[in-house]
Amino acid sequence: MGIVLQLLAGLLFGIGLVVSGMADPAKVMNFLDLAGTWDPSLAFVMAGAVAVTMGGYRLVLSRPRPFFAPAFDLPGKTALDARIVIGPAVFGIGWGLAGFCPGPALTSLGLAAPGTLMFVPAMIAGMAVARWLSMRNV
Amino acid sequence: MTPTAFTPWSALAGGALIGLAAVLLLAASGRIAGISGMAARLLPPYREADIAGRLAFVVGLVVAPLVYTAATGRPVAQTVGSAPLLMVLAGLLVGFGSVWGNGCTSGHGVCGLARLSPRSLVATLTFMATAVATVFVTRHLIGG
Repeated sequence: MGIVLQLLAGLLFGIGLVVSGMADPAKVMNFLDLAGTWDPSLAFVMAGAVAVTMGGYRLVLSRPRPFFAPAFDLPGKTALDARIVIGPAVFGIGWGLAGFCPGPALTSLGLAAPGTLMFVPAMIAGMAVARWLSMRNV
Repeated sequence: MTPTAFTPWSALAGGALIGLAAVLLLAASGRIAGISGMAARLLPPYREADIAGRLAFVVGLVVAPLVYTAATGRPVAQTVGSAPLLMVLAGLLVGFGSVWGNGCTSGHGVCGLARLSPRSLVATLTFMATAVATVFVTRHLIGG
C-alpha cells in the first residue's frame, strides 16, 4: 500500500508540473528572463506549492509517524557550509541554460523531445559524480 | 525570445497539486519530495532502505504526462532546446549541482521553504540568482 501511495504521489507531482507549466522549459526560461520576455507564472507555482506543503506538513507531522514507515525521515542538516552555496549555484547555471530542473526533466522523458533525451542521461551522470565524490569524502 | 502567456490560475492549481503530492509522500513514507535526492538514490551504491518506494515515485513522475493526455485528451505543449552540447552541459550541471547541494527546486524550493529551513532558503536564493544571471548572459549579452 505504501508503494502504491508513493507511485500516486509521483503521478500527482508530475501532473502538477504539467498543469502548472513547469514542464515547459520555454516558460521556465521566460520566468528567469527578468530583463526580457518575463513570465511571472512560476512564482505562482511556487507560492501554491509552498502554501499547500506548509499546511499539509504541519498536519502530517502532528501524527506520531507516517502511515507506511516506522518514522519520519527529515533532512537534519542545519549548518550553512560551502556546499549549500556551491551546489545550488552550479545547479542554477544548468537550470538557466536549458530551463530544466530534475523533476520536469524526468517528467518530460516520456514526451521524448530530442533535447530531453540528451539532457536526462547527462543529468544522471552529473548526479552519479556528485554522489560518488561526496561518499568518498565522508 | 518568444513570449509565453502569463497563466496565474493554472500555475497556482498546478503548484497546489505539487504541494499535495509532497504532503501525500510525507504521510505515506515519511520523506521529503526532493526529486534530485530520490533520483540520485536510485544510483549505486544502495545504502538506503526503500529503494522500491523511491522508484515507484519516479515511475509515477515519468508516466504523468502520458496519463494527463490520456485523461484530458490534451497534448503537453513543450519547447525544449535541441543544441546537443548545450543540453548535455546543462544536464551535467543540474545533476551535479543538485546532488552536491542536497536538493533542487523541489527539495529546497518547495519542501525546504515550507519547513522554513535556513539551508533551503540559502539554496533557493542562490540557484534563483545564478539561473537569472545565466539567462541574462545567454539571452542579452551573448545572444541578443
